Amino acid sequence: MSRFTRENELLAREIIARYPRPKSATIPLCHLAQEQDGFLAEDAMRHISELVGITAAEVRGTASFYEMFKLKPVGKYLINVCTNISCQLLGGEELLEHAEQSLGIRSGSTTEDGLFTLEDVECIAACTEAPACQVNYRYFNTVSNEQFDSLVEDLRAGRNGEIPDHGTLGRVRQHIEPGQVANITAPEQQSEPGWFRDRNTAAAAEQGEVSS
Amino acid sequence: MSEAPKPIVVDQPVTITVNGAAIQAQKGDLLIDACERAGTYIPRFCYHPRMNPVGMCRMCLVDVDTGRGPALQPSCMLECSEGMTVDTENEKVKKAQDGVLEFLLINHPLDCPVCDKGGECPLQDTTVGYGPGESRWVEEKRHYEKPIAISETVQLDRERCILCDRCTRFADEVAGDPLIHFMGRGANTEVNTFPDEPFASYFSGNTVQICPVGALTAKPYRFKARPWDLEEVASTCTDCAVGCSVTVQSSRDEVLRINGVDNDAVNWGWLCDKGRFGFEAIGSPDRLQGPLELHGDDLVAIHWSDAVAKAAALISEGLRSGGPQGLAVIGGARLTNEAAYAWTKLIKGALGSDNVDAQLGDGLPAELVLGLPGATINEACTPGGTIIYLGPDPKEALPTLFLRLRHAIVEDGARLIELTSTESSLTNLAAASLLVRPGETASAVRAIRGGGGDAGGADVEQVRRAIDVLSGDGPVTVLIGRTSAAESPQTVVAAAEELMTLDGVRFLPLLPRSNVRGALEAGMSPGLLPGRVRRSEAAAWFGQAWPTIPQADGLDTAGILAAAAAGKIDTLILLGADPLADFVDRELAERALTGARSVIVVDPFLNESARRANVVLASSAFGEVSGTVTNIEGRVQRVTQKVTPPGTARADWELACDLGEALGHDLNFDGVEAIWAEFQDLSPVHAELSLEALEDPANIDGLLAVAPTEVQSEEPLDSATDSADDSDGASAEDPSDAVADPAESEVGDAAQVAEPEETDGLELVSSPDVLRYVAANDQVVIPATDAYAFRLVARPDLYDGGTLLSHSPSSASLVKEAVLTLNPLDFEKLGVTTGAAVRVSNGARSILIPVEPSASVPRGVAACGVNLSGVAVSRLIDSSSLVTDVRIEVQA
Ligand code: SF4
Ligand code: SF4
Ligand code: FES
Ligand code: FES
Repeated sequence: MSRFTRENELLAREIIARYPRPKSATIPLCHLAQEQDGFLAEDAMRHISELVGITAAEVRGTASFYEMFKLKPVGKYLINVCTNISCQLLGGEELLEHAEQSLGIRSGSTTEDGLFTLEDVECIAACTEAPACQVNYRYFNTVSNEQFDSLVEDLRAGRNGEIPDHGTLGRVRQHIEPGQVANITAPEQQSEPGWFRDRNTAAAAEQGEVSS
Repeated sequence: MSEAPKPIVVDQPVTITVNGAAIQAQKGDLLIDACERAGTYIPRFCYHPRMNPVGMCRMCLVDVDTGRGPALQPSCMLECSEGMTVDTENEKVKKAQDGVLEFLLINHPLDCPVCDKGGECPLQDTTVGYGPGESRWVEEKRHYEKPIAISETVQLDRERCILCDRCTRFADEVAGDPLIHFMGRGANTEVNTFPDEPFASYFSGNTVQICPVGALTAKPYRFKARPWDLEEVASTCTDCAVGCSVTVQSSRDEVLRINGVDNDAVNWGWLCDKGRFGFEAIGSPDRLQGPLELHGDDLVAIHWSDAVAKAAALISEGLRSGGPQGLAVIGGARLTNEAAYAWTKLIKGALGSDNVDAQLGDGLPAELVLGLPGATINEACTPGGTIIYLGPDPKEALPTLFLRLRHAIVEDGARLIELTSTESSLTNLAAASLLVRPGETASAVRAIRGGGGDAGGADVEQVRRAIDVLSGDGPVTVLIGRTSAAESPQTVVAAAEELMTLDGVRFLPLLPRSNVRGALEAGMSPGLLPGRVRRSEAAAWFGQAWPTIPQADGLDTAGILAAAAAGKIDTLILLGADPLADFVDRELAERALTGARSVIVVDPFLNESARRANVVLASSAFGEVSGTVTNIEGRVQRVTQKVTPPGTARADWELACDLGEALGHDLNFDGVEAIWAEFQDLSPVHAELSLEALEDPANIDGLLAVAPTEVQSEEPLDSATDSADDSDGASAEDPSDAVADPAESEVGDAAQVAEPEETDGLELVSSPDVLRYVAANDQVVIPATDAYAFRLVARPDLYDGGTLLSHSPSSASLVKEAVLTLNPLDFEKLGVTTGAAVRVSNGARSILIPVEPSASVPRGVAACGVNLSGVAVSRLIDSSSLVTDVRIEVQA
């Protein structure tokens, strides 16, 4: 969809200022964009590239490495069904099959009304509560087919309880008071061990003799 | 595709054991290189000797013991250290190689017979050499749409990609254009661009050359030939004056591909896309097939004998009526050194005219180019050195020089002080970037040398930084040329003179036009004779070998054109020059072509100026002649004929001989070797550069014609004698050996000079002094701009409308449209939309041109590329004024 809103652009600049190098803010800004639009839009990636001073290809290359950045629009609710070992043993795959049937879509796609996107995922660290699933990364444990259906019904009816919109993440939004920013120094200015800092220079020829 | 390790100096030797044999290696050298230097090749895909290693492909695994027991390690990531024991071929290593290849071939299509890389493919070769021979993979391979265009010229077949990171690393590390990147993760990783943002890099073609599989292909060559049908010769690119080493490959008498060759002194294997893909122009159907003559209003084909006779008649008529002053030659940069010498001999030595200029008003005074202490590219790029850059944007004018400078700054800690009028490709890399009002570089130079003043309007902070950089130690090299065709060369001369007094400073002149330096060295400039000597001082020397010598210094191109416009030129010869397109002042060029009594054109193409000729002599082009060329450094390199010229087109040197004969002056040349021999005999700076030496594989990087330097005059006589025999590549490489050259005949000792072997009697006259630039200290006072005017910057653009691109089908669409760019604030004030046409005028001259905002242009400046398609900005430039001020009016 879009570039950052005015308000988000200000926040983006604040985030950038927390890092010694602007491009280190790439991933936080991807989160911010995903929160804004529900996914990481092309224009947003372009905007990020302008803000942090790298090419759009680099932003896309970075973002596409991470499963949780969605480069295509996803439903309002992203449902992840775990099919890794513990869940598989306790019916994860059957749950996925049920989900596909009841939503009328294959895993990896989105319902026509744009409400649900279904995905099968690897272990989400809820093995003791298998089979597990998540909706917008909020957990639902030991889910039976019936429970799944009523969950979907609730969401359709707008009874979404604690579940935030897709993309919502607390940490990057957080505003840090100027006085409280941990002043990070650029690596080249940090007091690193000499052998590491000078590893590419001629001085490093004497490796090992230089103490940290 | 030779990708041999780069040359190094071994000053910290360590002993390592490779497959049981002890070898000496440089400490810190990568193991993969050290082994190859010692004759043991380790297979690899991702490692490239001119890029940082990444350890991506694991093909180079070897069994290494550094004292902790043997283990498989990637040899491209391992630096040599004392006592290292390496096994590159034991069972463990073989198993690893087998495994890596089997994995790579899981997803790689096994259809080499239909792949463009088949026959020259590292993956194919490595699989045959080190692979398992069989695959256990029976499952479906990964599939992608194939191929996708990642740029105008480069196509990508992602199925073939083995994710070696060479193309992406090249784009990021070497070219600085990270427009391609790995996308996705794991088995689904692919190389791609951002949607709608193509890999529009001037250097994109290099990725095709270094891709170890058939994933990247380039439009001009795709599926045109199989490698085993190609023949190749080593040559030198002549599209600009960097002089990149290349191979020219052809099949059935048609040039099909140009590849880069690693020349450690020049291009490191890289080429720009113009040099790589511009070869299509050679086989263009638009090439002149034979000579033409003006009949009525039309140029019609005639026989060569008639054409030469006709041209000779025009010349001799002119000489009868107006004498030698009425004869003038513009051009010569397209010629080889030999052709340039033959033409100089014809015009200056036989016909007695000194009106010869290889530059088109866009260069620098020849005395400055040839007479300042010279620097090589390697010297300019010395790690930790200081570079002062005032010249055209290197990326646009001398592309691989940009790559070398970028590497020096980013990787080797060189510091750059840039003086420019609009932001350039170097601005982000510069330690200090001074944005100077056009024409006022000299005052900026005064300021950074601590002389105060307003620094041509440059930012105070940047001036302070520049002073700081200059106070450091390390060698200082000045790269100097014309930033803008809209400023007089005097403004650059003034800046150069301010810099000449820097301690130990050396200069690298930035003349972009192909073999322009070679033409100047061959005497194609008014007031000069071959071998960097002044006409006035060398008359006696050349008088012994040539029938005549010009009586007075002649006119430069601007002078010739002005004289022609005033009806004072009887015969104007355009030697591969198109003044209407290339001269800085289009209006003067037009008047000159009308005013000259007759115009003779020697060119491979019927360019715009050629259409106004009386006689057109079709000449051969790159790839069709052998000989030598000289790059910006004064480095002489070979060019080699690979294909036959079209129709009956003739080599430029042959045309000089033909005309000479028709005019009663036998130039006495039966081939380029004879021309070179005579040039070498007569030139005081080329004595060591025999053709045999140039052919010696040890001199693959070319040989330097050594420039006079400051040091030399202080050098004792005997040191000159010592190194005079030290004529090999090594000495030619290192200009500190410049002393070595007998040319430095400050000593005035004829015995030291290139002893002419066959020309009797030359001993009587001592060879002339090689010219040395003496500051003229002319006052250059740049007028202030008035508040309503903009100062024009006319800058070069790589993708200009020159013959090369416009006749290369795959690249023709790259030629840019002329646009005037203004600072966004100035643009806003105009109140027009982007792309709207505005009227730009300079006194009586005016053009209509689209206008755009650009943050790279400072306020009060209007910038435009020269020789682009659309309108010619050179219509606005008056070559006789110091700077060009224009007014911009919005069209109703
Ligand atoms: S396209 Fe070629 S050069 Fe680029 S990563 Fe793939 S195999 Fe390597
Ligand atoms: S930089 Fe110049 S010499 Fe090198 S390839 Fe390009 S045009 Fe040719
Ligand atoms: S296997 Fe499903 S949460 Fe761990
Ligand atoms: S060449 Fe060493 S890992 Fe690829």
